[in-house]
Amino acid sequence: MTVNAWLPLAILASSLIPGLIIFTLPERAVALRTTLNLGGAVVKILLLVLMMVGVFHGVVFEVRIPLVPGLDFVLHADALSLLFVNLSAVLWLATTVYAIGYLEGSPHRSRFFGYFSLCVTATVGLAMAGNLLTFLVFYEALTLTTYPLVVHRETEVARRAGRIYLAYTLLGGVLLLTGTVWLYALTGTLEFVDRGFVSGLGIDPAVLRVVFAVLILGVGVKAALVPLHAWLPRAMVAPAPVSALLHAVAVVKAGAFGIVRIVYDVFGVEYAAELGVTLPLAVLAAFTILYGSVRALFQDNLKRRLAFSTVSQVSYITLGVAIAGPIATIGGLVHLVHQGFMKITLFFCAGNYAESAGLHQVSELAGIGRRMPWTTAAFTLAAFGMIGMPPMAGFVSKWYLGLGGLEVGQDWVLLVLAGSSILNAAYFLPIVRTAWFDEPSDERIRSVGPGGLESPLMLLLPPLATVAAALVWGLFATMPGTPLDWVQFIASRKYGE
Amino acid sequence: MQTFIVDTPWTIWVVAVPLIGALLAFLWPRRAVATGFAFGLATAAVSLALLWQVAASGPRIYAMGGWGAPIGVDLHTDGLSAIMLTMAAVVGTAVSVYARPYLAATPDKARGFWPLWLFLWAALNALFQTNDIFNLYVTLELLGLSAVALVALAGSGPALLGAMRYLLVSLCGSMAFLVGIALLYRAYGTLDLTLLAARADGGLQLGIPLGAMVAGMLLKTGLFPFHVWLPPAHGSARAPVSALLSALVVKASFYVLLRLWFTFQPADEGLALLLGGLGAVAVFWGSFQALRQRRLKLLVAYSTAAQLGYLFLAFPLAASDPALAWGGSIYLAVSHACAKGAMFLAAGSIMTEQGHDDIDGLDRVVDRMPLTTAAFALAGISLAGLPPTGGFVGKWMLLQAALEQGLWHWALVIVGGGLLTAAYVFRVLGYAFTESSHAREEHAVPRTMEWAALALALAAVSLGFIAPWALSLLEGVLP
Amino acid sequence: MDNGLLFAAGGLGVFLIGAWAVVLRAHLIRKILALNLMSSGAFLLLVGAGAIGHAGVDPVPQAMVITGIVVSISATALGLAIVLRIAKTTGRALLPEDRERTPTDRPLR
Repeated sequence: MTVNAWLPLAILASSLIPGLIIFTLPERAVALRTTLNLGGAVVKILLLVLMMVGVFHGVVFEVRIPLVPGLDFVLHADALSLLFVNLSAVLWLATTVYAIGYLEGSPHRSRFFGYFSLCVTATVGLAMAGNLLTFLVFYEALTLTTYPLVVHRETEVARRAGRIYLAYTLLGGVLLLTGTVWLYALTGTLEFVDRGFVSGLGIDPAVLRVVFAVLILGVGVKAALVPLHAWLPRAMVAPAPVSALLHAVAVVKAGAFGIVRIVYDVFGVEYAAELGVTLPLAVLAAFTILYGSVRALFQDNLKRRLAFSTVSQVSYITLGVAIAGPIATIGGLVHLVHQGFMKITLFFCAGNYAESAGLHQVSELAGIGRRMPWTTAAFTLAAFGMIGMPPMAGFVSKWYLGLGGLEVGQDWVLLVLAGSSILNAAYFLPIVRTAWFDEPSDERIRSVGPGGLESPLMLLLPPLATVAAALVWGLFATMPGTPLDWVQFIASRKYGE
Repeated sequence: MQTFIVDTPWTIWVVAVPLIGALLAFLWPRRAVATGFAFGLATAAVSLALLWQVAASGPRIYAMGGWGAPIGVDLHTDGLSAIMLTMAAVVGTAVSVYARPYLAATPDKARGFWPLWLFLWAALNALFQTNDIFNLYVTLELLGLSAVALVALAGSGPALLGAMRYLLVSLCGSMAFLVGIALLYRAYGTLDLTLLAARADGGLQLGIPLGAMVAGMLLKTGLFPFHVWLPPAHGSARAPVSALLSALVVKASFYVLLRLWFTFQPADEGLALLLGGLGAVAVFWGSFQALRQRRLKLLVAYSTAAQLGYLFLAFPLAASDPALAWGGSIYLAVSHACAKGAMFLAAGSIMTEQGHDDIDGLDRVVDRMPLTTAAFALAGISLAGLPPTGGFVGKWMLLQAALEQGLWHWALVIVGGGLLTAAYVFRVLGYAFTESSHAREEHAVPRTMEWAALALALAAVSLGFIAPWALSLLEGVLP
Repeated sequence: MDNGLLFAAGGLGVFLIGAWAVVLRAHLIRKILALNLMSSGAFLLLVGAGAIGHAGVDPVPQAMVITGIVVSISATALGLAIVLRIAKTTGRALLPEDRERTPTDRPLR
């Protein structure tokens, strides 16, 4: 068995080094910066392909560096990390293309893209973390690298939003740190292991329940579990590419991924169910799903509506994890990927509406469908996916979640899913309807002909690509090579006989 | 080259070189800056050679004048000394590089700075290696007087008053220490730490002088409630001086406290608990005060008062796993030295650039001085204990020590303090990213100054990666 | 009582008088004088330690006292220089916390 330490480090370097170089570039070096950005993204994907081929042939990819006396910094490529790394890398490429177009001519692009690259490095590192210590290191690094992106606009509003963002995320980090050290003091190890490492060590279950709660609350801040979600709508003050990145790829998914790791690879899902901690988590997830959807109904600002929608949708993943059955696991994990692609499409479209037409509120979107057909088409398909309509990928995830709930006898999950789908329809369908079928009240928009306000290519390609992926994965879900196929493989490893 | 490094008695050279440099810089004021800088770099080089020597061949002993203890005074360089000396070398080099352009506009102050700074360095290097308690007193005094003079060098009213207060407190502390020495000598008849460790047997005979010495060191370190002199002194001195004070001088008295503790190993839980308790109060009180400050330098000074409290948490935590608790505390001390030094240097650059250091008037300083803001940010991240810095490693170790023994109150202090530190660090960074209409001037800041601060901040970050190796040097030193 | 105890008691007493004065007296020169008193007390303690019945007088404490006197002189000189500067810059030889409790029309205590 060959052990390769260079590829994981190279994958980190493919965004770290361009990022550091970009910091030093002057504002007008557009060509060089674009090359570095796109080049880094493409290189990362190529390296990932190499890694997957290697894993297929039985190569072990691991990096070990002693960090703290007795504990190592570990990067390890297992099936779950590959899933998340690939998600991050592909969506990073899409967002980079989008951001280059969106920020054309804006100030401080070098700073923006520098932190952008560092942010992705942190996400990729978090995906490949082989133990809870490494996960913690990148979790905090993610907080630090996303902060400058949130305050990018340099206004007083941005500063206050950044302060709230930090307050929540640093609190989560502190909880995660406490839980991690506590767990280490109890068990003497932090390495992720299929089916967990805390069972069978003779530790008092009551103590383990508290540790579980602390850890979940720690990652739950980023995963936007109610009531720790308040930072998310506030962070909408950041530019659209940042919202896209934060809400589809980096921060929120990192939190959800943390919950996945803690339940499956630290505690083990079957032991967690034994401890009785999965049911409260499922209830919390269900409450977040419904609460987020209800709040979304009352938002007129499009980005804020999407923010609350994210709060709701990410908890599908949590719900899938907490139901503690193999089918639900599949549903939750595959939603990690599907939701990423669909949500990022929606944010790209919201950015297009703001940038190309100056529209920020839902009430202003009347009749925009004819003037921005491609954007609105992408928005429509993605919205259908969020609601869970076939043949979009969102339907596949909800199907498995519902089936998973039935499998373990938790029938109430179906009610939650149904209720949430209705709510999703209630806040998405009116947008779709008014965009396509109403006449705009604003004279400025009414005077424009069909396709007149459509965004340029660089802002159109990303959402079209991501929504196409979501469509394909929904239509051809059962074929090999789709996220669903991959997730089925992962899920089988997390359960015993 | 290898044998050259291993054979030369660097122990004594690391004290002699800055001393000679200080004298030369004092005797030839016209050449003071060049002489001082050259000897500063030489001292740093010698310190690194000493580190290499100790890492390669173990602790060194140097008998001054060839006499040996107990008649003569011995210099011992063990792992802890080597770490402290390297800390002084790293911070000292950065400050020296920074101070040259910083003081270029005021040549008379520059001529005073270099001799005093080299005396301070010589005192530090001697203090970190001395094994004799009276020698400790002498080096503490040299250190204190140099530091006071450096603070007074700024010449402003607040600086002079800060220096005076510092002098009074420092001398009180030294006097208490001297009383302790007198009582110990009466009781055990020797001044050598190794011999005292063998002869000391506990009880009031040991307790009273030890108490006096501990009190003296607490005064000099500025631990709550003896902290009142610290923020005004550190806040009103010139930036390189503030960096030296917060990074190195307060660590010296803490080091003395550690040595006394390791030598005599008092089993008294009450004293350990008291020190930890005072440390905890310092962490919270200092952090709250830092949050309230309007001026950047005062915020950083109160931050020092708070961070010093962390160092004392090791006392109550060392019961079950001494290596973990003491290692964490020492690592925090070294990381803090680099980080706090970087912070003060960055604050000095900001003050030079815009003519004031009001925090809400930073006005997008991240765009005008990205290197300096990066230095401040990285230093702040280390202070807050966020990964992957040296501060994170130290904090992890202390937290592990606390949770392994189920001492939840100390864990909460560590965690809560970290949050508060992040709060005031990011308060500054938030304003650094925001525009403001505060009136300000615009001066050019030499690149050297910005790079010196950034280099020191990067040192604090890189400490996060070398912890296992660095801590291995402490084997055999900790009880 | 024997010499050693006399010196010890005397030294400690002088030390404490000095310590009390450093805290309570306002004028900076008095504070410096108080510090000198404290150091004298400490030296007395040291001398007493050398006078306890060893064969002859122990020279080590005497060496310590001589060193201490030198240090004390340097510290006093530095202190006085700073006091002069303070008086020139701020008009009064007082620390800020002592100014409120020392009115200008009364003789300084």
